[in-house]
Amino acid sequence: MTMNKLSIGGCAALASLLLTSCVAPPRSLYQWENYQPQLYEYFKGGSIEAQVAELERGLVVIRAKNALPPPGYHAQLGLLYSSLGKEDQMVQEFQTEKSLFPEAAPYMDFLLNNARQAATARAQEGN
Amino acid sequence: MPRFLKLMAVFAVLVLMTACVTPPPAFDYFAFNAARPRSILVLPPRNQSPEISAAYGVLSQVTLPLAESGYYVLPVALVDETFRQNGMTVADDIRDVPVAKLYEIFGADAALYIDIIEYGAKYLLFDSAAVVTLSATLVDLRSGQTLWTGRTSATNAQNNNNGGGGIGALLVAAMVKQILNSVSDASYTVAGMASTQLLAAGQPRGLLYGPRHPPLP
Repeated sequence: MTMNKLSIGGCAALASLLLTSCVAPPRSLYQWENYQPQLYEYFKGGSIEAQVAELERGLVVIRAKNALPPPGYHAQLGLLYSSLGKEDQMVQEFQTEKSLFPEAAPYMDFLLNNARQAATARAQEGN
Repeated sequence: MPRFLKLMAVFAVLVLMTACVTPPPAFDYFAFNAARPRSILVLPPRNQSPEISAAYGVLSQVTLPLAESGYYVLPVALVDETFRQNGMTVADDIRDVPVAKLYEIFGADAALYIDIIEYGAKYLLFDSAAVVTLSATLVDLRSGQTLWTGRTSATNAQNNNNGGGGIGALLVAAMVKQILNSVSDASYTVAGMASTQLLAAGQPRGLLYGPRHPPLP
């Protein structure tokens, strides 16, 4: 009985898997939200606070859909935080970019090193 | 005279043959296939159009087609900022940076060099259109070898004419559209179309899919 139910369930699952794999249109790899329009805003010199708010709002949507943000999304947020002087949050975003996309590691490490050196220099000036 | 005719006939056949047989020049993907880049650094485009916002209109819209084609695309605004902080604000100067240096800083497998050939409103007799023409070259940052080149043009001219009303109405419509094309950011929208047309993988003579793209059925 349970065996039967299981096999029926299994068949149904298999069938639906086959169906979706055949029928599904090409799916987007990423949930883009407003990443690209916000890049344009950045380039045009728009309000940084407004861009942060928009990208943070987008992240909530992306997480809710259990989707992946596009390459550069977290790095861009890091750039915005850094221009607001929020260094800790910048570091966190660069790390997230790196963990989502290992291809980003060399560049993120370059930026993180630069930030660390700048912080050390500032600390020494302060002394 | 008959000899001349014969010659002409041979010549005509030759012309016909070449016209029929010659396929569009096939693109040699050998280097691209061998290099298999995973990540792409998009350099700030070189702008040959008079429109100042062109470079940013294009640069802000290239990530989507490249990423959906399976590549990691380095964060374009952050990259632009890195160049700025190193005193490089001119696309021509950036183009002269040796590939080894780019690889050292950004660690990307390949770089995409973009030229904006046209960007903005084009005034035609009874019409106006936003036109964006782009060309691009993908270069391997480890070897300096060219992996791919492409060129495309996009416009919003299609299906834009409401027929009827005679020349006067046509002129008015064209004038209104010119204003729309120059005032509103019509060119930005067309730049998005051009960038997708040029950079979405899997088209004839287009980019190959990157490793993050799921295998095709």
